[in-house]
Amino acid sequence: MNSLIALPVALPLIGAATCILLGRSRSAQRFVSIATLTAVTAIAIWMVVDVDRTGTKVTQAGGWPAPIGITLVADRFAAMMLAVSAIVLLMVLVYAVGQRDAEGHHVGFHPVYLVLSAGVASSFLTGDLFNLFVSFEVMLTASYVLITLGGTKAQIRAGMTYVVISLLASTLFLTALAITYMATGTVNMADLSGRIADLPEGLRTALGLLLIVVFGIKAALFPLYFWLPDSYPTAPSPVTAVFAGLLTKVGVYAIIRSQTLLIPEADRAGTVLLVVAALTMLVGVFGAISQNDVKRVLSFHIVSQIGYMIMGLGLFTVAGLAGALLYIIHHIIVKTTLFLTAGLIEHTGRTGRLARIGGIARRLPVLAGLFLLPALSLAGIPPFSGFVAKLALVSAGLDAGQYTVVAISLVVSLFTLFSMTKIWAGAFWGDSHGDNGQDLIVEGRLGTPRVMTLATGVLAVLSIGIAIASGPLYRFSERAADDLLNPARYVMEVLGR
Amino acid sequence: MSLLLALCTAVLFSFGTYLVLQRRLSRIVIGVGLLGHGANLMLMLAAGDRGRPAFIGSEGDFTDPLPQALALTAIVITFGVTIFLLALAYRSWVVTHDDEVEDDVEDRLIASRLDADRSDEGTRP
Repeated sequence: MNSLIALPVALPLIGAATCILLGRSRSAQRFVSIATLTAVTAIAIWMVVDVDRTGTKVTQAGGWPAPIGITLVADRFAAMMLAVSAIVLLMVLVYAVGQRDAEGHHVGFHPVYLVLSAGVASSFLTGDLFNLFVSFEVMLTASYVLITLGGTKAQIRAGMTYVVISLLASTLFLTALAITYMATGTVNMADLSGRIADLPEGLRTALGLLLIVVFGIKAALFPLYFWLPDSYPTAPSPVTAVFAGLLTKVGVYAIIRSQTLLIPEADRAGTVLLVVAALTMLVGVFGAISQNDVKRVLSFHIVSQIGYMIMGLGLFTVAGLAGALLYIIHHIIVKTTLFLTAGLIEHTGRTGRLARIGGIARRLPVLAGLFLLPALSLAGIPPFSGFVAKLALVSAGLDAGQYTVVAISLVVSLFTLFSMTKIWAGAFWGDSHGDNGQDLIVEGRLGTPRVMTLATGVLAVLSIGIAIASGPLYRFSERAADDLLNPARYVMEVLGR
Repeated sequence: MSLLLALCTAVLFSFGTYLVLQRRLSRIVIGVGLLGHGANLMLMLAAGDRGRPAFIGSEGDFTDPLPQALALTAIVITFGVTIFLLALAYRSWVVTHDDEVEDDVEDRLIASRLDADRSDEGTRP
């Protein structure tokens, strides 16, 4: 049964190959990719339940034993991340099929999207540092193609920045891997866990710093976030949504995994992480306030929200990490919903510029509701999922005595609410007729976006579900955090000693 | 570890870093290529002392084959992504007849708005 955990990686790759073969028929492609991602979602949810009940699952690819072969590990943290990502990937795919913009115009959309899914799944499941590099590359290469799929001038310009910065991060990662192997003779994460502590202090610091910089670029931490608000908004809406929800969170996952598993307890840079977290939150939210385009406001918010997750990690307590995990779950779903809504706004008004849209609330109340729900959730208004996640983080911060960062996180919440009201006032309130009397709402440009609204709606309902099920979810997160802070268990499961 | 190869790595990294900082995509591509070579060379250096035989047969003191496998994987990935970057540079040239990486349009808009605000304040008595 343990080898089943390879399926979330293998299935999308098989699906991608099938989709290339079915290139002529778009409906066959749709069927294959939706069926594949549904299966992955089912497996991932089963994994969460099973891992929580019976403990971490490990499989060795090709039957090579642990320190030499490629190890796949599904512990509580990885399984949960995988399940949430699978749901989001499936819903965004449904949305893309409904929109038919990027999806309909290009043969390559389905295969590349499935490869991206395989890369994301593999990043979460891998127990091998080099395989993490390969998974990142699979995911990123697919994302390079998706972000430049349209081939327009704006996409090429944004794509260049994105590709070059990601390539640079990958090269640094490779350098870090070379140093790791030179110093320890292994790249298996469980094996590394014990050996890094024996290295001389200077080397440990250099390795730790390199890893934080590499994953920090991917996660868009301050001061390595410049590429994100620049490149994300130009891509087609479903692509931006899935990038916003998942790609940076894969970086955050790698930071949390490497900081808890690889870096020895004495070397944990809690204070540095908390300072970085506070600056990331502040810079992100101030950037969001200064923007005038729906997608750009939301893109800066990703940066700001990453700060909260790193804050939970920086505390290095069970409560802090549990809060971070709950926050990641909430954020992936809510952020994706917001970007999908931004896509719907662009669909109805032809643009995301706040000056050129207005009055959506009166004409399309459903869309307004779909925006309001995740927007309030993101700002942390009770009783939505953002409130629960932020409450967990704030109380963890207070318990750890980190009052400054808690205060900053609360102030940032207020600013988040402020920038959300900016979108609300610009796009939803006001007159739906422009200065010259032309209608700002162009309904039914590509038919009624019923499928798009449905996909967005499912995710919005899911975010309410998180708030309702926050009790069990938080207890699950606590168990996952407890695992993370006791790396000996992970090592035991993988190496059997 | 061979001193010559270590020096080679240093040179590749420094030239690569310089080229990546340029604005023209054609130079960035070469820079990324050099950086990739530097990182791969470093992986190869991780295999240990020079002069030991390759991993063939079953006896004796072999050189470590794992870094070679890792470097091979990394080379393939770097190669593929470099090709993609070249295609992107070509597309950029087709669309704009230039391969310079431009500033963010929206950033320039906000910056120009700031300038306008400042000059407004300047004219006010």
